[in-house]
Amino acid sequence: MPAPEIVAALQTRFSATPTALGVELPSSELLTALRALRDAHGYRYYVTGTGAESATSFEIVHAVRNLVSNDTIFVKVSVGKDAPEVDSAAFVYAGAEWQEREIWDLFGVTFRAHPDLRRILMPDDYPGHPLRKSFAMDTPWGYRPQTSETPEAAS
Amino acid sequence: MSGGPIEIVERDFGELALNMGPQHPSTHGVLRLVLHLSGETVIKAIPVIGYLHRGVEKLSEHLAYDQLAPVYERDDYLAPTANSNAYVLAVERLGAIEVPRRAKWLRAFVSEWQRVSSHLVWLGTLGLDLGGALGGGTTLYMYCFREREKILDFLEELTGTRYHTNFNLVGGARYDLDASLAAKSDALAASVEAALPELWAMSGGNPIFEERTRGVGVISKDLALGVGVTGPTLRASGIAHDIRKDAPYDAYGELSFDVVTRTAGDAEARFQVRMDELGVSLKLVKQIAAGLPKGPIFTRKPLKNPKATKLPKGEVYAAVESPRGELGFHIVSDGTAKPYRLKINAPSFKNLQIVPHILPGGLVADVVAILGSLDPVLGDVDR
Repeated sequence: MPAPEIVAALQTRFSATPTALGVELPSSELLTALRALRDAHGYRYYVTGTGAESATSFEIVHAVRNLVSNDTIFVKVSVGKDAPEVDSAAFVYAGAEWQEREIWDLFGVTFRAHPDLRRILMPDDYPGHPLRKSFAMDTPWGYRPQTSETPEAAS
Repeated sequence: MSGGPIEIVERDFGELALNMGPQHPSTHGVLRLVLHLSGETVIKAIPVIGYLHRGVEKLSEHLAYDQLAPVYERDDYLAPTANSNAYVLAVERLGAIEVPRRAKWLRAFVSEWQRVSSHLVWLGTLGLDLGGALGGGTTLYMYCFREREKILDFLEELTGTRYHTNFNLVGGARYDLDASLAAKSDALAASVEAALPELWAMSGGNPIFEERTRGVGVISKDLALGVGVTGPTLRASGIAHDIRKDAPYDAYGELSFDVVTRTAGDAEARFQVRMDELGVSLKLVKQIAAGLPKGPIFTRKPLKNPKATKLPKGEVYAAVESPRGELGFHIVSDGTAKPYRLKINAPSFKNLQIVPHILPGGLVADVVAILGSLDPVLGDVDR
């Protein structure tokens, strides 16, 4: 659980709404909010970045931590599905660089002004973004052996 | 042959791009580094990962909560229980599932034994990386593996498996420790502890080893925080952050131990942190075996259908201190029996990200020393 006073501070300064692990912000305020967390509130340690797909949008989450009060906050933004694009946090936290590459690779969300936006886990010429819900588990490609026994593939 | 002085001609060969890996003995798995060199000096390093990507996060969305713990044991294959431990913690936190106290202590017990075994592999392979400096390196490697074999034998006796022990269940532990095994554990801890000075003399006590590691691959405090390196790599840069202390899970809130730190931030400091952690973990296993509380190890109702366990809607994050650092699971649940989205916050992924920041300016020979000191496990990086 993030510290309530930090969530309150973010709510007064930004149009933030509290979530289970932190706050949700409009994507235009992401970078200013992360800078405020890093510089004014001491959240200098980058924990992780992740994405998730909801019915109407992609959610991008950055988790940052204050090592003095030992408090972690998850900052979430949502972007529309037709042209998913969000500001890169790699210049605020260097650790976001690879995490954002991973989100681009697996979800296909573009990060504006990212220093090196390439695929990181999948092959460079891979078609599609595997963690999208529309990407079926048994999508065939290249050398993948075809087997008749793929348990749970249908569900 | 004339006896005159040898003429040394210096020529600028320009920039050379050198591919290191993915099949290279000192990249600790299938890591590929594209090194841009000027002579012997690295001017740019680009890590290429993904060769071991198995799509575990996608797979997670297709299996039930009770089926998943063994899957993650294959991620960081040097410390399998740390992975499943983090996963079951996240599920238990979200589902408010009660864990018996004895099971919590046993989880810490197996985790600490695997930390010792993982650090021994790290030390042995570091010896191989630094090669010739340490009498070919194989000696240190063999001495480390001799100790590690005993630990794997002990884990086999405890769990039936040497490696992927499948120890953690959602809601408890699978195997119990009896008095005779506890005595064996104590004897084993004493024998590994007795071997530590020997291992130290073969590595840290060697002047050539010092030469190869001191002042090499320095990670400053600010860089460590911004990139978010974790575990021994973070603690070697002077930041005393250990999940076991700072967000106690399992039995760690009840155990007494020290967080090892160093301030230099170089390869030698990372080496020293791990060497000292070996001692801390060995003390911990003795402490746990001595103070193990009585009681059951699993109290959930027996499952008729393991695929039917549902978790409430919501999101949760839980982390453990694996031998490589903070290993966290972020689970988004939509109220069904399978995770809607599961993200593994892998320590090796974060530690490897420091590589392009610290390799430039160093020599090619330093690359292997730095990589060895970061201790990446590629199964953990690529997931």
